[in-house]
Amino acid sequence: MLITLEHYLFLASIIFTIGILGIFLNKKNLIIILMSIELILLSVNINFIAFSSFLNEISGQIFAMLTLTVAAAEAAIGLAILVVFFRNLGSIEVNKINKLKG
Amino acid sequence: MLNNFFSILLVPEICLSIFCIANLLYGLFLKKNSFRKTSNFAIIILLFVSILIFVGFKTDLAFFDLFFKSSNFIRFFKILVCLGAASVLIISKNYFIDLKISKFEIPTLILFATLGMLIMIGANNLMIMYLSIELQSLSLYVLASINKNSIYSAESGVKYFILGALSSGILLYGFSLVYGFTGTTSFEEIKIVLSQQTDLSLGIIFGLVFILVGLAFKISAVPFHMWTPDIYEGAPTSVTAFFAIVPKISAVALIFRLCLEPFENFSNEWSQIIFFLSISSMFLGSIAAIAQSSLKRLLAYSSIGHIGYVLIALVANNDQSIKSASIYMFIYMIMNISIFAILLSLKKSNMYLEKISDLVGISKSNPITSLCLAIIMFSMAGLPPFIGFFGKFYIFIAAIESELYFLSIMGVLASVIAAYYYLRIIKVMYFDVSEKNESFDFVISFHSKILLLVLILIITFFIIYPSLLINYTSILRIT
Repeated sequence: MLITLEHYLFLASIIFTIGILGIFLNKKNLIIILMSIELILLSVNINFIAFSSFLNEISGQIFAMLTLTVAAAEAAIGLAILVVFFRNLGSIEVNKINKLKG
Repeated sequence: MLNNFFSILLVPEICLSIFCIANLLYGLFLKKNSFRKTSNFAIIILLFVSILIFVGFKTDLAFFDLFFKSSNFIRFFKILVCLGAASVLIISKNYFIDLKISKFEIPTLILFATLGMLIMIGANNLMIMYLSIELQSLSLYVLASINKNSIYSAESGVKYFILGALSSGILLYGFSLVYGFTGTTSFEEIKIVLSQQTDLSLGIIFGLVFILVGLAFKISAVPFHMWTPDIYEGAPTSVTAFFAIVPKISAVALIFRLCLEPFENFSNEWSQIIFFLSISSMFLGSIAAIAQSSLKRLLAYSSIGHIGYVLIALVANNDQSIKSASIYMFIYMIMNISIFAILLSLKKSNMYLEKISDLVGISKSNPITSLCLAIIMFSMAGLPPFIGFFGKFYIFIAAIESELYFLSIMGVLASVIAAYYYLRIIKVMYFDVSEKNESFDFVISFHSKILLLVLILIITFFIIYPSLLINYTSILRIT
């Protein structure tokens, strides 16, 4: 079977949807939200690489490298904020993020 | 060669990035008073950079292989961003010291966020746009949770991080689709490719929708506004002031550039989305604010409403829209800086004001402060002699020129509803009687007092000589 561009796009969109659903349906743990954010960024990378390879155009791959770098920085800052939150509350349950509402 | 090198140093972004690192090192080597000194240094840097932007490049140009662009619209918004950030630093210095979170990281983070915003406004390529948005957002996530001993600040940081990361993920997915279906990331080339098509392919429409959703998160337009009130309430008030003023200006500039440059020929597609965002933001901003008792939440909803008005100008999409949006953002900045300058220096029994009901009795003890607040509130509601009226006036002129009668009627209706909660604050200040006799302290530093005085004078007497701003903004062009 020949793997075409559509297969890659389909795969990326499935991963993207899993990431979005992971953020909204998850009730337990903030770490899972961080993982879902990584999933979203990685699905975008699949898109970029697939397009770049099928279009014979290099800038998609450069974009993917930049996205990887930003994803690492984002994960670092996310974990740092998570530590601050954990120190204050003693828990990282999603249900407990409810002090601010109105 | 040498001459060329120095002229590159004078590119405002490069200059600012060097100063950012210099400020960071300066803070590291200071033994004491590091916050005060780095903050003063940062203010000077920002003013210097805004002068550099003003005088530096009079011509429109694109540089670094078309990655950046400069036009007078871009320069105007860059100056607004720099001045906004500098004023926020001026008005918030005492507050940070009072709250004992006076770390030198705060001015540095504000500088880095400002650098991100400057690059974002001038970006001419999807890659640069994404990287600058991330540079801005990553600094803002940390700023939101800067008060690490407060559960509210930490929670607002977590919320801002999750929703901000989600929105940039959505934005990035849109970028990937636009890249895939046009084969390029440069704004100019996207425009050329799109102008050869008579109707958009499905992939580009999807990409456009994803990008607009991501940007609507950043400017907090309804239905993507839900993070705004929580984060404004949880973050320290001075950080809230920064969030309410500066990132909004840059994100509005970005959404204007993106819609009017690469996607210029497909205004039918995006104007429907912006139309919906605009009407829903105006109405939710005005109706939801009625029920609020917290001042910061009220300001959050008010900023959502203001974003709705700016988007009217984008829907209008004629030769008035750039002018009216620039005037509106300028006025929005002035009004928000002055109201936060008051909120950041007003204390009641040694506590900063949180609720609207805390303002009861202020007209007796601090008549001048309450007069200033009343003027700002009248101006925000858009009553004629004050500056807020002119913002709405030019927006509605732009809308009526494009025959958007429905949108302008909705805008007027929403601003009437919004007038209720602005006037309610005046009513609480002047007509409500408190049982307890509590004293207000108005502790304000010299610099922010001068700034507040100037801003109040601008708000009140703008009507005498409006043509300075109007003439300057009417020559602004996006390309």
